[in-house]
Amino acid sequence: MAEIETENKIKSEEYFVNMGPQHPAAHGVLRLILTIDGETIVNVDPDLGYIHRSIEKMCERDSYQQIVHLTDRMDYLSSHINNEAVCLAVEKGLQLEIPDRVKVIRTILSELTRLASHQLWWGVMGMDVGALTTYFYAFRDREMINDIFEETCGARLTMNYNIPGGLMYDIHPNFVKRVKEFVAHFKTKLPEYDRLLSGNIIFINRTKGVGVLSREDAISFGVSGPVARGSGFASDVRKRHPYSAYDRVSFKEIVMNEGDTLARYKVRILEMWESLSIIEQLIDNIPEGDHLVPTKAVIKLPKGEFYQRVETARGELGVYINSDGNKNPYRVKFRSPGFSNLSALNHVAKGGKIGDLVSIMASFDFVIPDIDR
Amino acid sequence: MSNEELIKLIDTWGFTLQTTEEGTEFLTFTVRKEDLHEFCRKLKADPATHFDLLFCVTGMDWGNELGVIYHLASTDLKHEIVVKVMTADRETPELDTVCDIWRTAEFHEMEVFDFFGIRFKGHPNLKRLFLTPDWDGYPLRKDYVDEANMVIK
Repeated sequence: MAEIETENKIKSEEYFVNMGPQHPAAHGVLRLILTIDGETIVNVDPDLGYIHRSIEKMCERDSYQQIVHLTDRMDYLSSHINNEAVCLAVEKGLQLEIPDRVKVIRTILSELTRLASHQLWWGVMGMDVGALTTYFYAFRDREMINDIFEETCGARLTMNYNIPGGLMYDIHPNFVKRVKEFVAHFKTKLPEYDRLLSGNIIFINRTKGVGVLSREDAISFGVSGPVARGSGFASDVRKRHPYSAYDRVSFKEIVMNEGDTLARYKVRILEMWESLSIIEQLIDNIPEGDHLVPTKAVIKLPKGEFYQRVETARGELGVYINSDGNKNPYRVKFRSPGFSNLSALNHVAKGGKIGDLVSIMASFDFVIPDIDR
Repeated sequence: MSNEELIKLIDTWGFTLQTTEEGTEFLTFTVRKEDLHEFCRKLKADPATHFDLLFCVTGMDWGNELGVIYHLASTDLKHEIVVKVMTADRETPELDTVCDIWRTAEFHEMEVFDFFGIRFKGHPNLKRLFLTPDWDGYPLRKDYVDEANMVIK
């Protein structure tokens, strides 16, 4: 460790501290090896793999239908969107034409998933910087979404509602009514989020100007999602490469240029309004039709490479499937948003204080199984 | 820039390349491993191509060769390509790092090293990222066998 000479000639030296794997602000088993000088961070070295399951290797022995069920164990807060990514990739390979009904239902559920994920993030973001109340507010509203999921497919978190070709079941008769109830409810509650936390002076002091990531660095580090858009990098897959029903709704891509923790916070809050707007545009116009195009029991993709990306709550999830024509893929790679975002953490946190690292990590919104896969 | 224009432009650079558009949605270049770094540097530096976003890095085991697949995009010119590189050396595979060109590659290359055992020349901190430092073998290779931890069907 490097020796440092302080102003009053006292010899001091850098030392390292483990943050995690059991740190409450890490939201999972992420170990950060911090090299620090006093309380200033010199280097952040993430040590991963505590929850690594080698999903990519498991995919090589599984059929395409089975792979779908592995993906919601990656980013469990975007489980529906992860499922959708694999299904879209398989459907792309099979050149299946998917009914409009499926596209619209998938989009509504994706946006509900994004809302649920952002609600949870908002709750724990407040908690990480010392505002415990946010957690209860967020979970109160998130519960309504989970109830909708439960009624739709039986699961509240790991949904498995998508299958290659469409949806496992048609929607529940109550679905439209309950989604509308939720949207009306949440529209009155979202301004509360702002009143409670967004303007709080302690919160602003903890976030404004903290952990600045410039646009050039954001691109170089390949970050995506709200982290990229908080740095002025318009990376939204829903706009750049529309999938499902995103080409038939109008919504704003929220982009802020400050690049600090507060900008990333604001992007997510404003994104929730956009998600509500997308749901409102679609919920009255779910087309009639089938919820599934039957596929063969054994799906064999043609020889070739297929790449599908979707916008999860954390950013761009890419599914790369390399098929040799068999019933199992030859190689599957998940380009997870969390992993690329994590690569920028050292750059962002360097030079800051340990307390800043906590708020930076909260604003990056890491889900560790998504990083480890 | 369209794919035809890209092929035409990149051909003038004088690298030995294999170009294909079959079986994939992306224009794909397979580059010799000696040329990898120079080719990637040029892809980013040339204002006409300006591939500034490396959005996916995939380690591959093709059976005989090991290699890496890079998915590249340009954020302002909106075109995308794939660059493949492979090495036939399975004992001590080594490729040049591209983490000085796209900084996110530093992490992705550690992942490839962890699972495929490909060393990246010039990488500042190449280590096992997910697995323990004393892990034996490279699990995502096709010839990897672990009787205790793998369910083989």
